[in-house]
Amino acid sequence: MNQLAKSSIMLSPYKSSARWLWIAPTVFLILILAIPTTAIILRGATFEGFRDVLNNSTIKQALWFTAWQALASTALTLIVALPATFVLSRFAFTGNRALQALITVPFLLPTVVVGAAFLAVFPSQLHYTATALIIAHAYFNLTVVVRIVGARWEQLHPGIEQAARTLGASPLTVFRTVTLPLLHSALATASGVIALFAFTSYGIVRTLGGPARATIETEIYTRSVLIGDMPGALALSIVQMIVLTALLWWWAKRHRGESVSPQISVAQRAPSTRGQVALVYGIALATAAVVIAPLSALLWRSLTRTTPGATRFTLSGWRAVTSSTTLGAISTSTLFALCAMVIATVLGLMVALGVAYGSPRFVWLERISVLPLTVSAVTIGLGILITYDTAPYDFRSTWIITPLAHSLIALPLVVRIVLPVVRQIPRGLQSVASTLGATPLQTWLTVDRPLMSRAVGASAAIAFAISIGEFGATSFLTRRSSETLPVTISRLLSRPGDALRTQAYALCVIIVVISMIAIFLIDMLRPSRKAK
Amino acid sequence: MLALTDITLNYEGRTILDSASLSVARGEIVSLVGPSGSGKTTLLRVIAGLEQPSQGTVVIDNKLMTGIPTHKRDVGLVFQDNQLFPHLCVFDNIAYSLRVKRVSKALQIEKVNEMLSLIGMEDLARRDVGQLSGGEAKRIAVARALVADPFILLLDEPLTGLDAELRDRLLEDMGALLRARKTTVVHVTHDHNEATRLSDRVVDVRTLGQSGVQLQ
Repeated sequence: MNQLAKSSIMLSPYKSSARWLWIAPTVFLILILAIPTTAIILRGATFEGFRDVLNNSTIKQALWFTAWQALASTALTLIVALPATFVLSRFAFTGNRALQALITVPFLLPTVVVGAAFLAVFPSQLHYTATALIIAHAYFNLTVVVRIVGARWEQLHPGIEQAARTLGASPLTVFRTVTLPLLHSALATASGVIALFAFTSYGIVRTLGGPARATIETEIYTRSVLIGDMPGALALSIVQMIVLTALLWWWAKRHRGESVSPQISVAQRAPSTRGQVALVYGIALATAAVVIAPLSALLWRSLTRTTPGATRFTLSGWRAVTSSTTLGAISTSTLFALCAMVIATVLGLMVALGVAYGSPRFVWLERISVLPLTVSAVTIGLGILITYDTAPYDFRSTWIITPLAHSLIALPLVVRIVLPVVRQIPRGLQSVASTLGATPLQTWLTVDRPLMSRAVGASAAIAFAISIGEFGATSFLTRRSSETLPVTISRLLSRPGDALRTQAYALCVIIVVISMIAIFLIDMLRPSRKAK
Repeated sequence: MLALTDITLNYEGRTILDSASLSVARGEIVSLVGPSGSGKTTLLRVIAGLEQPSQGTVVIDNKLMTGIPTHKRDVGLVFQDNQLFPHLCVFDNIAYSLRVKRVSKALQIEKVNEMLSLIGMEDLARRDVGQLSGGEAKRIAVARALVADPFILLLDEPLTGLDAELRDRLLEDMGALLRARKTTVVHVTHDHNEATRLSDRVVDVRTLGQSGVQLQ
């Protein structure tokens, strides 16, 4: 009977305490996001500023390059990822899950490390070229295609394609006339995501593009930090915000009212004919090799030094790691990542619980918590830099400002992971618990907490990984006394000399190991009995 | 005893309960019958404090329940869809109310084992609740509600969705169990046969609201 009526007048055990949960996240978003972006707009939105920016040939070049490399990166990602997506979603084979996990790794790597890995794997002729940049973007975004398009492809019933075959279509025609049109929407979604990432890519461009290959993001950095053209940097930030907001608006419009369809995946079948076996394993092995090659190059180059005519084994890069500067960077990065993890997880949890239990009116809280996505990390860094650099608000020199910026970047993801899980917890369980005598706090601790701990753990791991690799905002906020690993790596890579480079590669290996350990540990810590 | 007086519940201009009154004596088993949408379940939820009536009072054991939250009302509610905790095993589901009331471990084990043997499921103590059959899950839900001896047990369509043979057997078992423990019960069903077999008194929920008439 009247389910809707019931749920609306139902008394939630958490209602009174959940009413206050909006305060801390809102204050945080105002201080770290709203005030800094408003400062950029107020100080940068002048007619002269825009006129100068649009007349500047370097900037025009950067705008043009940003746009075309984003399109080229998207196209290349699709070309490289589609064969793997096909075998992963259509065939059951040994190593299917391992390959899926492997393809996720580049996406979790710090962007500076991805850039460094391609410096390590490519011959020097390819360094600082658009080609290298586009290939690195494709590498980073492989998993976007595999996840988004793969989810759709798994649901396509093979019978549809078989029907087309019986009607006389060749395999290629079937793909073109049946499969592709059915995948169209997922392909568009994935392309949108990749284009967005490539458009705002910063760490990869800084390490791999060099001075010749400027995008909007790196140009904002160059103008504000290196050559002191603040009006130009601010105007570019505003251009970037407009483009991002427009893209995300288009995205939200496209997906409005679209519900996540239940995952009815058609049973995957094992490759049956000899040709299929060759195809499946061929594609799987090639993809695995593509993912592993840059990472092994990183490890290899951290242990060797190339002099004209010879490559010799050396531990000098690793020995330099134990110097006080790099040890300092390792501990700074770890400390920042732990802080950002705690802040983002606690605030994200507050948003999720506030939205789910506080009041139906709290939908606005969910909406504002995704706002950090509309601003690039570089813009966040620049905004904080210009807002909090004068007394009495000179927070820029306090160390906590960097982890706070990292938390802001991680917050939308934490909310995205935790909120759907909180919403899925059956309200009946809370009612049962209270009829059995549990206080609201006991109900939360014994019912909700165990059911959401997995999601909270996953979001904490992601917040940690984001923070330890974050480079965009950090490059504006970091001080020599509290440099993070990505900043140190970027500094070492930008200087000439093979010795420094070997050291940078060793640090890349360390940062990869730290992120993987964090993800593994958090995965281990969660309770073994988990929600289904 | 339990006394409901003039319970009215409106939602968005619709009256779901219209000054419903009912009293149940200690140890009595009362069945509320009526078609779906007649407000039976809502009435149970009002007794449990899971829903707030627009007006009227609930008195349990001579204490006025207005403003008293669910967990302090000493009621047990068996939900139509059981709502077993998916992250806890059978034993921990039944022990839940003892655990939140900080009953000693030894007593928890004793009481839960007693319930398990009463419902004939001693072997399933460590079973994952996801692996239970419909009948087993229902028995666990009843045991979980009864283990801490609530003042009143509320049963919401407890046998809906089970096959006929199982319903018969559970009806017998449940009736015997409740009578042996002298539990005060309000039972909601749309099935007259089930109501007459289980309870001491059958009341049509649509007649509760006839102004001023106290139904016996």
